[in-house]
Parts: sequence; C-alpha cells; structure tokens
Amino acid sequence: MLSSKVTCNSHGQDSSYFLGWEEYEKNPYDEFKNPNGIIQMGLAENQLSFDLLESWLKNNPQPAAFKNHDNQSIFKELALFQDYHGLPAFKNALVKFMSEIRGNTVSFDANNLVLTAGATSANETLMFCLANPGDAFLIPTPYYPGFDRDLKWRTGAEIVPIHCSSYNGFRITKSALEEAYKQAEKQNLKVKGVLVTNPSNPLGTSLSLHELDLLVNFISMKNIHLISDEIYSGTVFSSPSYTSIMEVLKNRNLMNTEIAKRVHIVYSLSKDLGLPGFRIGAIYSNDELVVSAATKMSSFGLISSQTQHLLSEILSDKKFTKSYLSENRRRLKERHEMLVKGLQKTGIRCLQSNAGLFCWVDMRHLLSSNTFEGEMELWKKIVYEVGLNISPGSSCHCSEPGWFRVCFANMSEETLNVAMQRVQSFADCMAKKNIQSRHQQLLQRNSRRSKSLPKWVFELSFHQREITADER
Amino acid sequence: MDHNLLSKIATNNGHGENSPYFDGWKAFDANPFHPQHNPDGVIQMGLAENQLSFDLIQKWIESNPSASICTPQGAFAFKETAIFQDYHGLPEFRTAVANFMNRVRGNRVKFDPDRIVMSGGATGAHETLAFCLANPGEAFLVPTPYYPAFDRDLRWRTGVELFPVVCESADNFKVTREALETAYKKAKLANVKVKGMLITNPSNPLGTFLDRDTLKDIVNFVNDKSIHLVCDEIYAGTVTNGDEFVSIAEVIEEVPKCNLDLIHLVYSLSKDMGFPGFRVGVVYSYNDNVVNIARKMSSFGLVSTQTQHLLASMLSDDKFVENFISESRIRLAHRHDMFTRGLAQVGIGSLESKAGLFFWMDLRRFLKEPTFESEMTFWRVIINEIKLNVSPGQSFHCSEPGWFRVCFANMDDETTLVALWRIKTFVRKNRNLEIKTRKQYWQNGQHLRLSSRRLDDILTPHRMSPHSPLASPMVRAQN
Repeated sequence: MLSSKVTCNSHGQDSSYFLGWEEYEKNPYDEFKNPNGIIQMGLAENQLSFDLLESWLKNNPQPAAFKNHDNQSIFKELALFQDYHGLPAFKNALVKFMSEIRGNTVSFDANNLVLTAGATSANETLMFCLANPGDAFLIPTPYYPGFDRDLKWRTGAEIVPIHCSSYNGFRITKSALEEAYKQAEKQNLKVKGVLVTNPSNPLGTSLSLHELDLLVNFISMKNIHLISDEIYSGTVFSSPSYTSIMEVLKNRNLMNTEIAKRVHIVYSLSKDLGLPGFRIGAIYSNDELVVSAATKMSSFGLISSQTQHLLSEILSDKKFTKSYLSENRRRLKERHEMLVKGLQKTGIRCLQSNAGLFCWVDMRHLLSSNTFEGEMELWKKIVYEVGLNISPGSSCHCSEPGWFRVCFANMSEETLNVAMQRVQSFADCMAKKNIQSRHQQLLQRNSRRSKSLPKWVFELSFHQREITADER
Repeated sequence: MDHNLLSKIATNNGHGENSPYFDGWKAFDANPFHPQHNPDGVIQMGLAENQLSFDLIQKWIESNPSASICTPQGAFAFKETAIFQDYHGLPEFRTAVANFMNRVRGNRVKFDPDRIVMSGGATGAHETLAFCLANPGEAFLVPTPYYPAFDRDLRWRTGVELFPVVCESADNFKVTREALETAYKKAKLANVKVKGMLITNPSNPLGTFLDRDTLKDIVNFVNDKSIHLVCDEIYAGTVTNGDEFVSIAEVIEEVPKCNLDLIHLVYSLSKDMGFPGFRVGVVYSYNDNVVNIARKMSSFGLVSTQTQHLLASMLSDDKFVENFISESRIRLAHRHDMFTRGLAQVGIGSLESKAGLFFWMDLRRFLKEPTFESEMTFWRVIINEIKLNVSPGQSFHCSEPGWFRVCFANMDDETTLVALWRIKTFVRKNRNLEIKTRKQYWQNGQHLRLSSRRLDDILTPHRMSPHSPLASPMVRAQN
C-alpha cells in the first residue's frame, strides 16, 4: 500500500546512533531534577557561545521587530518573500562569513550559493543533482551516520566506504581511494564522486594538504565530483590551520577549470553558530548547471525568510562575526582540552584533533573482545551503567571496533565534570575487574608451573603493568 | 559541464519551469508595474498570494513582542528555540496549527496535533507524500485543471506520474464519478498503476469547492479502488462563507467503512495567512505509518524554530485567530466581488466561485479559434498589450482553450483599479472583434454569464457610480 521507501529502513533510524538518543530521552540527566540520568554526549551541538548571540540581539532590536534600519516595518515583504534565489542581503552576508572563516584566503560568489533547509537538505539535494539511482559516492570511514539517510534514502544513491584506520590516524590514502573505487566497480556501481567532511565528523580533524591534494588528483583522474561538507569549518580551534578545498584549487591554479566545476561545498550555521533549529544550510558550486538545478530543488526546503533576515543582520555585523569566531574557537579549545585531559587521567586516549564539537576516543583496551559485539557490549555498559550517551564507532561505519565519538560542546562545564567523574569511576572499576580477572588467570597459570618464586613477585610485576597502561 | 556528469533529474525538464505558467512571471520580472515608478509596467495577476490582511498580523506582532525570540521580552527563549531541531516540531506549534485548522473549518473537525508533520511548505508536503505513497512509475489521478507546479512537486524527484481526470466546462469543471472511472480505466489500459488521487479543495485554479456529495463520491471511489486520497486544503480559509466549506476531515466521518489509512491532507499557511516566505507546510495523515515516515522525511524541510515559535504564539491567540479568519474572508470576498462585477460590466464572465485568491476567467470568445495556439496568441496580447500577467488555462492542463486564471488578492486597491481600467480599455478597443464572436456564441447556443449592464457602463478611476463597491467605506479606509 505504501512505497518501498516507507517499508525499507534506509532512513537509518534503527541504528545504534539513534538508539542511544532514545535511551537518553527516557532518562535525561538534569543537575537537580535527575542527577543520575544519562548525560547526552552523542549530540554534536555547539552551546558554548549563545551569550554572544543574545548580547547581539539585545543591542540590535530592529531585525527582531521585523523592521529595517529606518525603523520601517518590513514584515509584509518578508512574509511574502519566497524566491528560491534567497534574500540577497543574506546570501551576500553568508558568503562573506564563509570567506572570513577561511581567513579570507578565498572569496565566494553569492550567485553560486543555493540556500537549503539545513545541511541535511543540502546533502540530499546535491545527491539528486549528481547521482542517478544506483550510482555511488565514496566516503571515508568513519563518517556521520546521518549520511546513510541523507544521501541514500530517497535518492536511491549508494555509499561505498573508503576505509581509513588508526594506523595512520584515519587519514585518507591513495590506496584506500583506489580500493574503494575498485569495490564499487565490483558491485557494478558507477562512481559519481567522493564526499568528505572537512573538518571531519566524527574525527574532529581537518584534512591535511596532502589529503586534499590526493582528493583533487583522484577526482581529476576519474572525472568525478567532490563534495566537501565544511559545516565544522568555523570550529577549528588549534593548528594546523584550516585549509578549504577551494583554497587548494586556487593555489593549484585550477579555479576556472572543469575540475573546479566538479567541486561543491556544503555549509550550514548549525554548528559554527549553534543554530540547528533555524535550518540554515547552503550548497556552493562553481558549476552553473548544478546551481540552477539545486536552486529549483531548494523549493522543497527553503529557509524561512524571517530567519534569513535575522541572520543577514547578524552576519553583516563584521565586528560581531570577528569577535564571535575568535571567542567561540577559544571556548571550544578550552572545552576540548578539558575532555581530553579528563579522559587521559583515566587511561583513555583521544585521537589528536584540532576541530569539531567532539573527540574520537580510543576505548579499544576496554573491550572484552576485539569485535563489534565487544564494542556494543561496552557501549551498553557506558550508556546504562556509566550513564553517558556516546556514539559507538560502528554507527559511524568505523572499520575497527573500540572507537567512540564523545561530544563536549553541548553541555555546561559542570555537567562535563560530572561526566568525567563517572568515566573515572568506571575506569577504576574496570581496572579492578581486570586486575582481579588477570590475577585469577595468572594464579591459574602459575599453579601449573613450579612454585620457585613467592607470590608477591608476580603481584608486583602485575601492578607495574597497570601503571604503564595509565600513562598511555 | 558534460551533462553525463550530472543526474538525469538535474538535466531533464522535470522542474517544469519551461511551462508558459512561468513565462508570464518572467515578463513581469522584466517590467514590473509600480504606481509611481513604472505605471506602464506589467501588473502581476499570476501570483496567488493573499496580501489583504497583513495589517492585522502586523498589529498583533507589535502587541506581542514575546512571540519573537529576538526581542527583550522573548529573548529568554532564544537558546532553547535555536537548538531545538527535533523533527516532531515544537509541541506548542503543532497544537496551535491544529487549533487554527480547526477554526478555519468552524470547529466542525478536531485535528490531532500528533498527526501534524512539518514540511517545507505545501511544496515539500506534496513531494513527501508522493515519496511515501507511490513508487517510481506509479501514478496519481488529478482532476484538471490543476496547479501547474504539481508536475514538479509530485513527479520531478520522485519518479511518480500524474494522470489527468478531465473535467469540462459543460459540467462547470465539476469532478464527476464518471470522469473518475473513465480516467481510472484509461490508466489501466495504458498499464499505469494508479496509487492514489490528488484533489485541491478549494480548487486552484477554479476557486470553487467540492460539495459534500462529490466528496463522498470521491471517498467511496478511493475506497473501492483501494487507492490513496491526498486532499490539498491550502485555500480552506479563503472560502467566503466558511460554514459552506466541507473538509475531507468531516466527510470521512460520514462514510461508513472508510479505510482511514488511505486519507491524507496537505495544508499550509501560505494562502490563508499570507506567509509563503515562512515555509510552513503540513502533512496530516490518518495513516500511522505515513505519519511516522513523513516525519522522518521532514528532516529535509523542517520549519525554522524561530518561525515555529512565532506562530505557536500567534495561532494560539484564539481571539486574534477568530477575528483574522472572519476579517480575511470579508476582504477577500469584497475584492473578488470588485473584480467580477467590474469584468461583468465589460462583458467578461468567470466561473462562479466562492473561494480562492483568483477567479477562472472565460475568454473563449476572444480567441480567433477554439485552439490552444489561439489561447497562447491571445495570452501574449494580454501580457504585451493589456500588460497583465494572467495564467493561461493550458498551463493548468485545462482540456478546453480560452480559460485564464486571474489573481486578485496580491495587490492594493489602486492597482486593482488600474487593472480593471486596462481591461475595460482593451475590450472597448476590440469591441468589433468581441461582437462578432459573441454572435457566433449565440448561434452556437452558448450562454454568457454576464451582467445586463451596457458595455459603456464601466468603472474608471475617475467616474465612480455611487453603487459601485469601490465607494464602500471599507475600500476607502484601506487607502
């Protein structure tokens, strides 16, 4: 009776990524009302800098009242404005903001920008424009779980993973790209392009120059597209400094070539400004056919004109954007350090990262078995026993079990401290259990050997091993 | 770029923007009328917008600063609103929208806020429903004439087809059971799998609404064939006499054994409230599965929470809502009347209608021949000589040439007068042509729906009859 899109589960919402959310919804942490509830660390939101926005609003009452700078009401004009080309003032302000984030190393043309209801819509729209049903895009793993829905569900496109692994910090390699391409061919899938998230979700790292060059070479050779989802570009808080794909094209003198026409950027204000509710997304493309088709498609998900107007005012205030970007970065860096150090104390390491709203945490040593079942088992413990909703690497299609994405910017400092304390207790507990079980194992093994050495010798050497583990 | 590098969807014409419906817009964009800056420009009468009641809304916004999350009074809600991206939508928003929908229907129905699913305008709602109800290649029956953008909204990215149910002027374009059965059989013969039917009630472009019996017939039809019914009620609030409008939500309660899983509604605030820029669309389904999946799909076109918050406040103000709905109806009826009387006085008739933001104008007797080519030729005359952008019937898939949709609610009174004056002037100039063809019509036994006033008794901006609706104090007050 209904379409196959309804009965399949390509919306991906049966994934563990969303199940953790459900558990959190049933028992959410609240400092006073529910101090034993689950702390949400699976939501990549930026809640650190609202005070800056609120202060701007206080000082700029006109846009709020639907008035222009001459204090005249523009309510009617806004309410009627449904042109899918978008409010010019907003687009102009947005491209300048995007440029500012990239240190003004590149400039963007507002005519090449298409507004969409969030990056969710932008990614789906680009798929509709670039891929036919059954065509594939290559995506480095681990990747944002929502891509399975956004890129595949209604479009009929496929995703083929580019496997990245911890041996080199999950960096994209030439061989991984080639291997993925071959895999697609084996499955009879026509590869239409590569999609990368830069900075990466869930890794929190920005792509290196080497990786960016590799990508440009690869798409050039294969005559395919490159989509660069740059929604975290404003969250780069430490070195190396951020390099956008556009900068690479510019530096390699490829800006007016066919290659540049196959490079498309996705952007949004959900992460950098922390406004996911306002549904502000955009596609930037150097190809006028793509811009034209995407613009028409944006009819299915335009940005509310009320919101376009508000943001055009905020983003046009250059003094504000400059101070916001720098203060926001500073706060993210501080919070990131807090999480990294807090985890370090408990013997848990994070992938070294310079961006994003989360850390990619290495809990392989806490797995009972080096398998995804082991990962799920550990994840359930963390959700139900420790009371933290974090995202298991398998939900991000990571090829190695034991990695988790842990968000740090969607809560207060107090809550993060509580979370760290819980992790500490959990790690202590796990360590004790490990000591006990290892102790048991050793005893069993030694009872089979000669008893030439006293027991305390074995116990001493065992404790030394544990200390080493903490220092990792 | 090599077209092969893009998808088929990106490079075909499924967006439908090469249709003549949009040509008129282009002419207007190139030379838009403005009373002072460009008095000879093209007047836009091809845009079904409701601009008559903004003052009411503006007044409400000024009196309710806390409805905006950016004012000092409303700022406390800024953060929680800005981070809220739950695709269920703000609960108070859904409740307020359901409340508004109920009141538009005189509280004769009670919509369940939990069945309200957001979408990127009605445009997004239609596409979402098509994705949910039909697979690529399957079809929806749609009575003609219909809103041109359905071709894009229902078909472009979904691969779903539209199959016309031909309605004719002889029946006043009513949807008959016969027409439905004929269309269904034709589809079957053509090996087209019909998954559902789409009706717009009140109709765009006709401005009429379906009576209870016709609606019951349609509900019985879809139940017999076990196909879905999508009822687009975005013009529900534009019905002059609200008590006369019958919503599908009422009818299904009166049809025993109606399979509710087949029934779905599309709504929006773009027409009734005049907010197309705010992109507030609604998918309302009686099918739990569809609600569930449409809600997941709404991620692709959620309503900005800034807007949700504003409207939650506005639409839960019952006093305001009641006053707005009734006042808006009065103003629309008045404007509609102004036009149809003005046109009748120059001998131009239209389909009798009591809803919508437009009327369906009968210009058949101005065509050289009863063909679509003649319709196009005459349409270019209307744009280039009379300087009005109206929409030719063929862009609505009308089966008969000579009908045009003319919008009346997207302009102020001054512009209305100019438009009427231009029409009068044109008719006067071409009186010979008109008389000749009028004779032909009488010979063919056709009757004209005209007033009995002489052709000369016409309205101009300077000579106003005391009985003219333009002399009404309401019109003067609006100036």
